[in-house]
Amino acid sequence: MSNAVSALNGKVAAGEVTIREAGLRGMITLRGDLNDSKIKSVCTGLTGVDFPTVGQANCVGEKGLCWMSPDELLILVPYAEVNDALAQIAKILKKKHHLAENVSDARALITVEGAYAREVLAKLAPVDLHPDSFAPGDFRRTHLGQAAAAFWMRDADTFEVICFRSIAEYVFDLLADGAKAGRVGYFD
Amino acid sequence: MLTLKCPYCGVDADETDLHAGGEAHLKREGPGASDDAFEDYLFMRENPKGVHFERWRHAYGCGKWFLAARCTTTLQVFGTYPAQTLEPPQDIKDAISAQRPGWSWGNFK
Repeated sequence: MSNAVSALNGKVAAGEVTIREAGLRGMITLRGDLNDSKIKSVCTGLTGVDFPTVGQANCVGEKGLCWMSPDELLILVPYAEVNDALAQIAKILKKKHHLAENVSDARALITVEGAYAREVLAKLAPVDLHPDSFAPGDFRRTHLGQAAAAFWMRDADTFEVICFRSIAEYVFDLLADGAKAGRVGYFD
Repeated sequence: MLTLKCPYCGVDADETDLHAGGEAHLKREGPGASDDAFEDYLFMRENPKGVHFERWRHAYGCGKWFLAARCTTTLQVFGTYPAQTLEPPQDIKDAISAQRPGWSWGNFK
Protein backbone atom coordinates (compact mmCIF):
# COMPACT_ATOMS: atom_id res chain seq x y z
CA MET A 1 0.00 0.00 0.00
CA SER A 2 1.40 3.35 -0.97
CA ASN A 3 1.86 6.01 1.65
CA ALA A 4 -0.78 8.67 1.02
CA VAL A 5 0.47 12.23 1.40
CA SER A 6 -1.72 15.34 1.33
CA ALA A 7 -1.11 18.15 -1.16
CA LEU A 8 1.13 20.33 1.03
CA ASN A 9 1.93 17.78 3.71
CA GLY A 10 0.51 19.80 6.57
CA LYS A 11 2.10 23.15 5.70
CA VAL A 12 1.35 25.91 8.21
CA ALA A 13 1.55 29.69 7.96
CA ALA A 14 1.20 30.77 11.57
CA GLY A 15 0.05 34.21 12.59
CA GLU A 16 -2.88 36.07 14.02
CA VAL A 17 -4.84 34.14 11.42
CA THR A 18 -3.26 30.76 10.86
CA ILE A 19 -3.47 29.00 7.51
CA ARG A 20 -3.04 25.26 7.82
CA GLU A 21 -3.17 22.55 5.22
CA ALA A 22 -5.44 20.16 7.03
CA GLY A 23 -3.97 16.92 5.77
CA LEU A 24 -5.81 13.99 4.31
CA ARG A 25 -9.58 13.95 4.34
CA GLY A 26 -11.92 11.48 2.73
CA MET A 27 -14.19 13.17 0.18
CA ILE A 28 -16.87 11.50 -1.89
CA THR A 29 -18.76 13.23 -4.67
CA LEU A 30 -22.28 11.88 -4.80
CA ARG A 31 -24.55 12.78 -7.69
CA GLY A 32 -28.17 11.79 -7.83
CA ASP A 33 -31.65 12.91 -6.84
CA LEU A 34 -31.06 14.68 -3.53
CA ASN A 35 -34.77 14.46 -2.68
CA ASP A 36 -34.62 10.69 -2.72
CA SER A 37 -35.12 9.24 0.75
CA LYS A 38 -32.60 6.41 0.23
CA ILE A 39 -29.89 8.81 -0.87
CA LYS A 40 -30.68 11.00 2.11
CA SER A 41 -30.57 8.14 4.57
CA VAL A 42 -27.28 6.69 3.29
CA CYS A 43 -25.63 10.12 3.56
CA THR A 44 -26.87 10.83 7.04
CA GLY A 45 -26.07 7.27 8.10
CA LEU A 46 -22.46 7.59 6.95
CA THR A 47 -21.79 10.93 8.56
CA GLY A 48 -24.19 11.19 11.48
CA VAL A 49 -25.18 14.75 10.55
CA ASP A 50 -28.43 16.17 9.23
CA PHE A 51 -28.96 16.33 5.48
CA PRO A 52 -28.04 19.85 4.32
CA THR A 53 -30.54 22.19 2.71
CA VAL A 54 -29.68 24.36 -0.31
CA GLY A 55 -26.35 26.12 0.13
CA GLN A 56 -25.64 24.59 3.51
CA ALA A 57 -22.96 22.37 4.99
CA ASN A 58 -23.35 20.26 8.11
CA CYS A 59 -19.98 19.23 9.44
CA VAL A 60 -18.99 17.69 12.75
CA GLY A 61 -15.36 16.77 13.30
CA GLU A 62 -14.02 15.06 10.19
CA LYS A 63 -17.46 14.11 8.94
CA GLY A 64 -19.94 16.20 7.10
CA LEU A 65 -22.30 16.77 4.20
CA CYS A 66 -22.01 19.75 1.85
CA TRP A 67 -24.59 20.87 -0.71
CA MET A 68 -22.70 21.33 -3.98
CA SER A 69 -25.51 21.74 -6.51
CA PRO A 70 -29.14 20.62 -6.93
CA ASP A 71 -27.92 17.13 -7.81
CA GLU A 72 -24.53 16.92 -6.15
CA LEU A 73 -23.41 16.38 -2.59
CA LEU A 74 -19.97 16.24 -1.03
CA ILE A 75 -19.59 13.64 1.68
CA LEU A 76 -16.72 14.17 4.11
CA VAL A 77 -15.39 11.23 6.10
CA PRO A 78 -12.04 10.36 7.69
CA TYR A 79 -9.54 9.43 4.98
CA ALA A 80 -9.25 5.82 6.11
CA GLU A 81 -13.00 5.25 5.89
CA VAL A 82 -13.55 6.27 2.27
CA ASN A 83 -13.51 2.81 0.74
CA ASP A 84 -15.88 1.43 3.34
CA ALA A 85 -18.19 4.38 2.79
CA LEU A 86 -18.14 3.88 -0.97
CA ALA A 87 -18.92 0.19 -0.57
CA GLN A 88 -21.83 1.04 1.69
CA ILE A 89 -23.19 3.60 -0.79
CA ALA A 90 -22.89 1.12 -3.65
CA LYS A 91 -24.73 -1.52 -1.64
CA ILE A 92 -27.58 0.66 -0.42
CA LEU A 93 -28.06 2.60 -3.66
CA LYS A 94 -27.66 -0.46 -5.88
CA LYS A 95 -30.95 0.07 -7.67
CA LYS A 96 -30.89 3.87 -7.60
CA HIS A 97 -29.50 6.00 -10.40
CA HIS A 98 -26.48 7.64 -8.81
CA LEU A 99 -22.76 8.24 -9.09
CA ALA A 100 -20.36 8.11 -6.16
CA GLU A 101 -16.68 8.77 -6.64
CA ASN A 102 -13.72 9.01 -4.31
CA VAL A 103 -12.18 12.45 -4.87
CA SER A 104 -10.07 12.57 -1.70
CA ASP A 105 -6.77 12.63 -3.56
CA ALA A 106 -7.99 15.16 -6.13
CA ARG A 107 -8.58 17.85 -3.53
CA ALA A 108 -6.83 19.73 -0.79
CA LEU A 109 -8.36 20.97 2.44
CA ILE A 110 -7.06 24.15 4.06
CA THR A 111 -8.22 25.68 7.34
CA VAL A 112 -8.16 29.41 8.03
CA GLU A 113 -8.28 30.03 11.74
CA GLY A 114 -8.18 33.24 13.73
CA ALA A 115 -9.98 36.37 14.77
CA TYR A 116 -10.24 37.95 11.31
CA ALA A 117 -10.42 34.75 9.22
CA ARG A 118 -13.61 36.17 7.73
CA GLU A 119 -11.68 39.10 6.28
CA VAL A 120 -9.01 36.89 4.76
CA LEU A 121 -11.68 35.08 2.74
CA ALA A 122 -13.48 38.32 1.95
CA LYS A 123 -10.34 39.72 0.35
CA LEU A 124 -10.22 36.84 -2.12
CA ALA A 125 -13.78 35.80 -2.94
CA PRO A 126 -16.64 37.75 -4.58
CA VAL A 127 -18.92 36.77 -1.73
CA ASP A 128 -20.76 38.83 0.86
CA LEU A 129 -19.03 37.56 4.00
CA HIS A 130 -20.71 39.91 6.46
CA PRO A 131 -21.62 37.98 9.64
CA ASP A 132 -25.30 38.60 8.85
CA SER A 133 -24.96 37.01 5.39
CA PHE A 134 -22.50 34.19 5.93
CA ALA A 135 -22.51 32.18 9.15
CA PRO A 136 -21.48 28.73 10.33
CA GLY A 137 -23.53 26.25 8.33
CA ASP A 138 -23.39 28.22 5.08
CA PHE A 139 -21.47 26.70 2.20
CA ARG A 140 -20.27 28.53 -0.88
CA ARG A 141 -18.65 27.40 -4.12
CA THR A 142 -16.84 30.27 -5.78
CA HIS A 143 -13.31 31.28 -6.64
CA LEU A 144 -10.41 32.56 -4.56
CA GLY A 145 -8.21 34.75 -6.73
CA GLN A 146 -8.10 32.85 -10.00
CA ALA A 147 -8.83 29.41 -8.58
CA ALA A 148 -12.06 27.51 -8.06
CA ALA A 149 -12.68 26.74 -4.40
CA ALA A 150 -15.41 26.14 -1.88
CA PHE A 151 -15.58 27.06 1.77
CA TRP A 152 -17.69 26.85 4.87
CA MET A 153 -17.33 27.87 8.51
CA ARG A 154 -16.59 25.38 11.23
CA ASP A 155 -17.18 28.01 13.88
CA ALA A 156 -17.16 31.79 14.15
CA ASP A 157 -13.38 32.05 13.69
CA THR A 158 -12.61 29.07 11.48
CA PHE A 159 -13.11 28.52 7.77
CA GLU A 160 -12.47 25.30 5.92
CA VAL A 161 -11.52 25.71 2.27
CA ILE A 162 -11.38 23.00 -0.37
CA CYS A 163 -9.70 23.36 -3.74
CA PHE A 164 -8.15 21.15 -6.37
CA ARG A 165 -4.94 19.50 -5.25
CA SER A 166 -2.96 20.84 -8.20
CA ILE A 167 -3.57 24.45 -7.12
CA ALA A 168 -3.28 23.90 -3.37
CA GLU A 169 -0.01 25.81 -3.17
CA TYR A 170 -1.49 28.82 -4.98
CA VAL A 171 -4.58 28.90 -2.76
CA PHE A 172 -2.47 28.43 0.37
CA ASP A 173 -0.19 31.32 -0.61
CA LEU A 174 -3.17 33.55 -1.42
CA LEU A 175 -4.67 32.90 2.00
CA ALA A 176 -1.33 33.27 3.77
CA ASP A 177 -0.68 36.61 2.04
CA GLY A 178 -4.19 37.78 2.87
CA ALA A 179 -3.65 36.88 6.50
CA LYS A 180 -0.19 38.46 6.66
CA ALA A 181 -1.54 41.75 5.30
CA GLY A 182 -3.48 42.08 8.52
CA ARG A 183 -6.90 43.12 9.69
CA VAL A 184 -8.99 45.61 7.74
CA GLY A 185 -11.69 45.97 10.35
CA TYR A 186 -14.48 46.09 7.80
CA PHE A 187 -16.72 43.67 9.68
CA ASP A 188 -16.03 45.09 13.17
CA MET B 1 -20.04 44.45 -12.87
CA LEU B 2 -23.14 42.27 -12.94
CA THR B 3 -24.48 40.40 -9.96
CA LEU B 4 -27.05 37.75 -10.80
CA LYS B 5 -28.97 35.62 -8.35
CA CYS B 6 -28.53 31.96 -9.18
CA PRO B 7 -32.05 30.44 -9.07
CA TYR B 8 -30.62 27.07 -7.97
CA CYS B 9 -28.21 28.14 -5.22
CA GLY B 10 -30.13 31.24 -4.21
CA VAL B 11 -26.86 33.17 -3.88
CA ASP B 12 -25.94 36.48 -5.49
CA ALA B 13 -23.24 35.40 -7.88
CA ASP B 14 -20.68 37.86 -9.09
CA GLU B 15 -20.04 38.12 -12.83
CA THR B 16 -16.65 36.46 -12.29
CA ASP B 17 -18.45 33.39 -10.92
CA LEU B 18 -20.55 33.18 -14.08
CA HIS B 19 -20.12 32.30 -17.72
CA ALA B 20 -22.17 34.11 -20.36
CA GLY B 21 -24.06 31.85 -22.75
CA GLY B 22 -25.58 34.23 -25.28
CA GLU B 23 -29.20 34.81 -26.13
CA ALA B 24 -31.93 32.97 -24.26
CA HIS B 25 -35.08 31.31 -25.60
CA LEU B 26 -33.57 30.25 -28.93
CA LYS B 27 -35.65 27.66 -30.72
CA ARG B 28 -33.34 24.99 -32.00
CA GLU B 29 -33.94 24.16 -35.66
CA GLY B 30 -32.87 20.73 -36.78
CA PRO B 31 -33.43 18.30 -39.66
CA GLY B 32 -36.60 19.18 -41.52
CA ALA B 33 -36.35 22.89 -40.80
CA SER B 34 -36.50 25.34 -43.66
CA ASP B 35 -33.27 27.02 -44.73
CA ASP B 36 -34.56 30.37 -43.52
CA ALA B 37 -35.46 29.04 -40.08
CA PHE B 38 -32.11 27.31 -39.76
CA GLU B 39 -30.25 30.45 -40.78
CA ASP B 40 -32.25 32.39 -38.22
CA TYR B 41 -31.37 29.91 -35.53
CA LEU B 42 -27.69 29.86 -36.40
CA PHE B 43 -26.94 33.49 -37.09
CA MET B 44 -29.72 35.92 -36.30
CA ARG B 45 -29.62 37.38 -32.80
CA GLU B 46 -31.49 40.06 -30.96
CA ASN B 47 -29.25 43.02 -30.31
CA PRO B 48 -31.45 45.29 -28.24
CA LYS B 49 -30.71 48.52 -26.52
CA GLY B 50 -32.76 47.84 -23.41
CA VAL B 51 -34.53 44.71 -22.21
CA HIS B 52 -32.64 41.54 -23.04
CA PHE B 53 -32.82 37.85 -22.12
CA GLU B 54 -29.63 35.89 -21.74
CA ARG B 55 -28.32 32.49 -20.75
CA TRP B 56 -25.80 32.35 -17.94
CA ARG B 57 -24.02 29.48 -16.28
CA HIS B 58 -23.06 29.49 -12.60
CA ALA B 59 -19.68 28.14 -13.63
CA TYR B 60 -17.76 28.48 -10.37
CA GLY B 61 -20.80 27.53 -8.31
CA CYS B 62 -23.37 24.83 -8.93
CA GLY B 63 -22.55 24.60 -12.63
CA LYS B 64 -26.15 24.98 -13.75
CA TRP B 65 -27.51 27.08 -16.60
CA PHE B 66 -30.12 29.70 -15.86
CA LEU B 67 -31.72 32.62 -17.68
CA ALA B 68 -31.58 36.28 -16.81
CA ALA B 69 -33.62 39.31 -17.86
CA ARG B 70 -31.69 42.53 -17.77
CA CYS B 71 -31.28 45.90 -19.43
CA THR B 72 -28.29 46.25 -21.73
CA THR B 73 -28.04 50.01 -21.29
CA THR B 74 -28.31 50.36 -17.52
CA LEU B 75 -27.26 46.82 -16.50
CA GLN B 76 -30.38 46.70 -14.32
CA VAL B 77 -31.33 43.10 -13.62
CA PHE B 78 -35.06 42.37 -13.71
CA GLY B 79 -34.76 38.80 -12.53
CA THR B 80 -33.35 35.33 -13.09
CA TYR B 81 -35.15 32.04 -13.56
CA PRO B 82 -34.37 28.37 -14.25
CA ALA B 83 -33.55 27.45 -17.84
CA GLN B 84 -36.26 24.79 -18.18
CA THR B 85 -38.83 27.13 -19.67
CA LEU B 86 -39.83 28.24 -23.16
CA GLU B 87 -40.69 31.79 -22.22
CA PRO B 88 -40.06 34.16 -19.30
CA PRO B 89 -42.30 33.50 -16.29
CA GLN B 90 -45.07 36.01 -15.63
CA ASP B 91 -43.43 37.51 -12.54
CA ILE B 92 -40.33 38.37 -14.59
CA LYS B 93 -42.50 39.92 -17.31
CA ASP B 94 -44.36 41.91 -14.67
CA ALA B 95 -41.10 43.12 -13.15
CA ILE B 96 -39.95 44.34 -16.56
CA SER B 97 -43.30 45.98 -17.35
CA ALA B 98 -43.12 47.88 -14.07
CA GLN B 99 -39.75 49.37 -15.06
CA ARG B 100 -39.99 49.49 -18.87
CA PRO B 101 -43.65 49.90 -19.88
CA GLY B 102 -44.32 48.80 -23.44
CA TRP B 103 -41.18 46.69 -23.76
CA SER B 104 -40.91 43.91 -26.32
CA TRP B 105 -38.26 41.37 -27.17
CA GLY B 106 -38.62 38.87 -29.98
CA ASN B 107 -42.13 37.44 -29.60
CA PHE B 108 -42.40 38.43 -25.95
CA LYS B 109 -43.95 41.56 -24.55
